[in-house]
Amino acid sequence: MAEERGLATEAAGATAPMAKLLRADAGRVLDRWVELVAGNVRGRITERELRAELAELFDLLVRALDDADGAERGELRAALAEISRGRARQGFSPTETAVGVFALKQAVLEAIEADGAGYAGFVPFSAFVDDLGLVTFETYAAEREQVIVDQAEQLLELSTPVVKLWDGILGVPLVGTLDSARTQVVMESLLQMLVDTGSEFAVIDITGVPAVDTEVAQHLLKTVMAARLMGTDCVISGIRPQIAQTIVGLGIEFGDIVTKATLADALAYTLRRRGVRIEDGD
Amino acid sequence: MTPDTTGGEITIASNDDVVRVRQLVRTAAAAAGLSLVDQTKIVTAASELARNTLIHGGGGSARVESAARAGRRPGVRITFTDDGPGIPDVDQALTEGWTSGGGLGLGLPGARRLVDEFELRTEPGAGTTVTVTKWPR
Repeated sequence: MAEERGLATEAAGATAPMAKLLRADAGRVLDRWVELVAGNVRGRITERELRAELAELFDLLVRALDDADGAERGELRAALAEISRGRARQGFSPTETAVGVFALKQAVLEAIEADGAGYAGFVPFSAFVDDLGLVTFETYAAEREQVIVDQAEQLLELSTPVVKLWDGILGVPLVGTLDSARTQVVMESLLQMLVDTGSEFAVIDITGVPAVDTEVAQHLLKTVMAARLMGTDCVISGIRPQIAQTIVGLGIEFGDIVTKATLADALAYTLRRRGVRIEDGD
Repeated sequence: MTPDTTGGEITIASNDDVVRVRQLVRTAAAAAGLSLVDQTKIVTAASELARNTLIHGGGGSARVESAARAGRRPGVRITFTDDGPGIPDVDQALTEGWTSGGGLGLGLPGARRLVDEFELRTEPGAGTTVTVTKWPR
């Protein structure tokens, strides 16, 4: 990884002259750095915040540059990682995040040119900044991964609601993948609602389930059986044509469980069974 | 990096990977021009086989690719590979209703019916490879 490869092995002595130069020119280089980065992030972060961030980084960087034992470098890396994480959370693009570091090279180069000082120190300095860029990018990517993992967990936690469709009729709209954990949640909330409401019918709607394979079917069957033991008849609705053909292809038998193509059909069926009459108004 | 709609390889190590296999197969099947019914069939078959790879093979991988044949439109081919214990009795495993672990016993024979070509290579102790292909009609 970049951290092991770059910063640690970089000879501290090679970057020390650059530290002296940066110290002498601190104000100008920092101004230019802030200016370059501000142009890139286009007002999504105030210039004052940006300046405070970069000034802290600049300070750490200068100290890291003429630091021999690597302690300062660790601190710089930590500060940089913190900023990158923030950028990832705030939705900055990878380029915007990386430019925040790489712009320093340009600022320094411009300062060197203006001073007519030697380029000799710039090469190790440039390699040093490149490594910092890698640190930035790795932290950024890791943080984005974390955001994705968090979101996936939130999606899993989305409880599956059991809703009352009519007096004595419950509805269970299933959306997404039905795995064992999810089925357990669905089954528990359905059975609890059955106890609470004393419903005679439950309509399990699988319109939002993209694929019904043997595992999903088995989970559905178990849920229906459990509800049945409690005296509730289940209707499975939302069986689309392609799902129907696939179920037949797999050889899954739903036995005597009533299935309907749409939720509306299932509702009409259960209402009829409950003895509710619906009339068209005139 | 542009997403490759015609294939790719996914390591199967958890239930989430089964979902990813399904999504990749769906994308590939749609790109190959399979009908909605055929898309659902190959996705469901892939789901069964990926789960077999995970549960019985102890994890493995799925490779999704475009399958060519002379003079016709290309189809979708998926190869599931694992280094698990293998299947001691293939005929029994392909028998409807026979299950080794609490399932419906329809996964393997069902998946075979859902695809156009089905090839199973296994040896006890040497893993299992299942290759399935679906052609556009």
